[in-house]
Amino acid sequence: MKFTLKVWRQKNAKDTGQFETYNISEVENEMSFLEMMDVLNQQLIKEKKDPVAFDHDCREGICGMCSMVINGHPHGHQKATTTCQLHMRSFKDGDTIVIEPWRAKAFPILRDLAVDRSALDNIIQAGGYVSVNTGSAPEANAVPVPQDMAEKAMDAAECIGCGACVAACKNSSAMLFLSAKVSHLALLPQGQPERKKRVISMMKAHDEAGFGSCTNTGACEAYCPKGISITNIARLNREFLSAALTSEYEL
Amino acid sequence: MKLDSKIPAGRLEEKWENYRSKCKLVSPANKRRIDVIVVGSGLAGASAAATLGELGYNVKCFCFQDSPRRAHSIAAQGGINAAKNYQNDGDSIYRLFYDTLKGGDYRSREANVHRLAEASVQIIDQCVAQGVPFAREYGGLLANRSFGGVQVSRTFYARGQTGQQLLLGAYSALSRQIASGSVKMYNRHEMLDVVLIDGKARGIIARNLITGELERHGAHAVVLATGGYSNVFFLSTNAMGSNVTAAWKVHRKGAFFANPCFTQIHPTCIPVTGGYQSKLTLMSESLRNDGRVWVPKKKEDRLKPPHQIPEEDRDYYLERMYPAFGNLVPRDIASRAAKVVCDEGRGVVKSGYAVYLDFSDAIKRLGKSVIASRYGNLFDMYQRIADDNPYETPMKIFPAVHYTMGGLWVDYDLSTNIPGLYAIGEANFSDHGANRLGASALMQGLADGYFVLPVTIAQFLADEIRTPPINTEHEAFKEAESQVGQQLDRLLNIKGNKSVDDYHMALGKIMWDKCGMARNKQGLIQARKEIQALRNEFWQNVYVPGTQNEFNPELEKAGRVADYLELGELMVIDALNREESCGGHFREEFTDNGEALRDDENFNFVSAWEFTGTGNDPILNKEALVYENIKPSTRSYK
Repeated sequence: MKFTLKVWRQKNAKDTGQFETYNISEVENEMSFLEMMDVLNQQLIKEKKDPVAFDHDCREGICGMCSMVINGHPHGHQKATTTCQLHMRSFKDGDTIVIEPWRAKAFPILRDLAVDRSALDNIIQAGGYVSVNTGSAPEANAVPVPQDMAEKAMDAAECIGCGACVAACKNSSAMLFLSAKVSHLALLPQGQPERKKRVISMMKAHDEAGFGSCTNTGACEAYCPKGISITNIARLNREFLSAALTSEYEL
Repeated sequence: MKLDSKIPAGRLEEKWENYRSKCKLVSPANKRRIDVIVVGSGLAGASAAATLGELGYNVKCFCFQDSPRRAHSIAAQGGINAAKNYQNDGDSIYRLFYDTLKGGDYRSREANVHRLAEASVQIIDQCVAQGVPFAREYGGLLANRSFGGVQVSRTFYARGQTGQQLLLGAYSALSRQIASGSVKMYNRHEMLDVVLIDGKARGIIARNLITGELERHGAHAVVLATGGYSNVFFLSTNAMGSNVTAAWKVHRKGAFFANPCFTQIHPTCIPVTGGYQSKLTLMSESLRNDGRVWVPKKKEDRLKPPHQIPEEDRDYYLERMYPAFGNLVPRDIASRAAKVVCDEGRGVVKSGYAVYLDFSDAIKRLGKSVIASRYGNLFDMYQRIADDNPYETPMKIFPAVHYTMGGLWVDYDLSTNIPGLYAIGEANFSDHGANRLGASALMQGLADGYFVLPVTIAQFLADEIRTPPINTEHEAFKEAESQVGQQLDRLLNIKGNKSVDDYHMALGKIMWDKCGMARNKQGLIQARKEIQALRNEFWQNVYVPGTQNEFNPELEKAGRVADYLELGELMVIDALNREESCGGHFREEFTDNGEALRDDENFNFVSAWEFTGTGNDPILNKEALVYENIKPSTRSYK
C-alpha cells in the first residue's frame, strides 16, 4: 500500500508549526497505524531528517498514551479503537491521510504530535480517589456490592484517560473523562463518604485547567476508544447539582 | 562476596510477623525530614510512593510516561491471586506459597514467597476499599477464576483489565498524596544514573524528556520500581518504552543482577505476522479456562480451515500430555509444548508458528453470551488485530516474551547490595524463581509497594535520621551528571548509518534464536560473540538524530538499546553457566523425556552477577537456596 501523509510538524511549544507532506510506500495492510508511523520515521532517519515525535507506549489500546487526530477524527475513523489498534487495512491504497495532534487549550503541544495532558492528572488529584490509607481497609467481602452496580462502575472505570473526548469536543471539554471517574466512585459504596466533596472539587479543577463546558453534542462519546457513555455526563450533572444544593462545601 | 539474604529466624509462618513486631521504626517527626526517591509508577512504584507518602516521608516519584497512570502494569489482563479461600475449595496461604514456589521450579526463597502469600490477602482488602471494581457474584461478593499451574480458584479480576483497575487504584492513592504535597511527581523524566556517596545510594540523575535538561535529585534512599527487561528481545508483550536502563545503571555501579536468564515466554500471544512488527499482544491466560489448545494430528492438515478438520484428527496436546492440569499447565510448560508441536511441522499458519485456541466447546456448553461476558474485550482485541472472529474460528496463538523473573538481587528487606538502594516489583528477582505463575505479578508488585517496602525501608532509614538533606552539589552528583552528559553526546556524535531500531531488532533476533524458549551451549557461546560484535558496531555506526536539549525520543531509545546490548550478553552468560533446565530456562542438553531436568545438587542457588566492565567476564556470586519447609521435587503436572 502507498499513502500520502500530511503530518503536523512543530519543533516545540513556541514554534508556530505547519503541515509537511510525505510519501510512504511498502505499507502492509496488517500494520497498525503506529507501525506505519514507524516506517515513516525509519525512512526519515535514513534521510537524516528529524523523525516525527508522537506519544505511544503499550500499543494494545490500554495505556492511553497514543493520541493522533487522523483525517479529522481523534484516534481515526474506526469506532471504539485507539490509534495503536487502528490497522492500515481500514484505509484505501493511495489515500491521503492528515495527521494532527490533540488540539485543546488545556493540552499544549510539546513537539509534533505529542501534547501535555497533565491537566487530566490535575483533575484526578482534586478528588478522584477514596481516602483510604494502606493497611486501614476492612475485609474485602464485608461490604457486598450488587453485581449490576459493580458492572456499571466498571463501565465507567474503563476510561483510559487518553483525552480523545477533549480533542473531539468543540468546546474542548473534559466532561466525559471527569464524569467517568465521578461515576465510577459514586456508584460504589466505597465512594460514598467523599461523594459530594469529590464532585465539587473535581469540577472546579476541570474548569481551572482550561477545559470548556459541555453542551451535549455527544462527539466525546462517538470518539471514545473505550465506549464510555455520555450518560455518565448526565450522572455527573445530577451529582454536581445535588452536591451543590445539599452540601456545605464551597463552590 | 558472601550474600546475606537476611532471612529472619523462626518458623516460616512467623517470620514476617516477628520481623514486623521487632523491626526498627522511624518516628513521624523524623519521617518528615527524610527524602525517598521512587523510580517508576507502575503497581510497585505507585503503591510504594503513595504508602511512603501516607507514612509521612518526603517522596519524589519519577516516570518516563506523560502520566503515572500509563505504566505498563496497566496492560495486565487476567487477574491477581490471593489466598482468600472465598470459594471454599481448599485454598490457604500455605497452598498459595507452595504453588508459587513449585511453579517457580524451586528457584525462589521460601521466606519471601511466604510473605508474598500472606500479603496477598490484605491486597484485595486494600484494592476494594480504594474502589477497584472487581468482578462480583449475584450476591454482591467477590468472584474468582482459575489460572495456570493451580487447582483452586483464587484469581480476582476486573473483566480482562485487572492490571488497569489495580493501577488506577494505586494511581488514585498516589494522586491523593501528590495533592497533599507528600509526593512530588516527575512525569516525562527518565533516570539515567544513580548517585552513590560513601557507598550509599543518595540520589539520581534524571533527564527531563521535554527539555532534555539533566537534573540532580538527592534523597536518603532510592527505590527502583522500574519493571522488567523483556524488550531486550525487541518483540515482546511489554510496552514500547519498558526498559532496563535504571536497573542496568545501578548494576554498573555495583548492584548485583540475579538470574538474568530467567525469562518468561507466555504461551498465548497473537503470532508475528511481518518484519515491520513493533510489538506482540498477549491474550490473557484466563482464556485457557475455557479455550482448548490444539493442532492437527497430521502435518498435511495444518493449513486446512479448522472446521474442516474432524475431531479425531485434532491433537489437544496439552490435555494429552498433562491430563491432571490439561490446558491450565504453567506458562513455561504450555509454551514449550507449543514449540514442540510446531517444530514437528504441525503449526497452523504459513510460517508454521501458531497453534489453535478453540472456544467452540465452551460456547456450546455455556452459550456465546457467557463467553462474551468473561472475555468480550479480549475477543474484540483479537478481532481488531487479527481480523478474524474468535467466536466462529479458533484463535491462532503462539508464545512470546512476556515477563522477566530475573532482576536486581535483593535481600529479605528488598534492599540491593548497595545500602539505601531498593528494588521492588518485576525489577527485583526475588519471588518467582525460574517461572512465574499467572496472576502473580500484580500480587507481587502490590505486596512489595503497599506492605513490604514501607516496613523494611525503615531498617535503613532509622539510622539516617541525623543525615541532613542530601546536597546535590556534592562531587559525586557532578561526576555522575557529567558522565551521563558524555554518554548522550557520544550517542549523538556517532552519526553513523543505521537506526537504533536496526540494532534493537538485530539484538532481538540473536536473543530469541539462541537465548529464547530453548538454549544450548554452542548457540549461547555463539550468541555472546554476536552480541559483542553488534555492540561494537552500534557504537560506531548508529545514527541518532537531533540534539540533547530537546524532546528527542530517538535519543531515549538509543540509550536504552545501548544498555540492552550489555544486558543481553549477561543473560547469555547466565544461561551458559546454568547447566540445568528449570522453569523458563530450558537447556536442550539437560532434559528427561523432553521435560526439563533440574539439577538441585549443583544449581540450587541464585546467580548474582557482579559487573566488572563492558565485555569482561562478570563475577558470579552464589546465594544458596535453603529449603526448610518443603522438599523440592520434580515438578509434575501430569
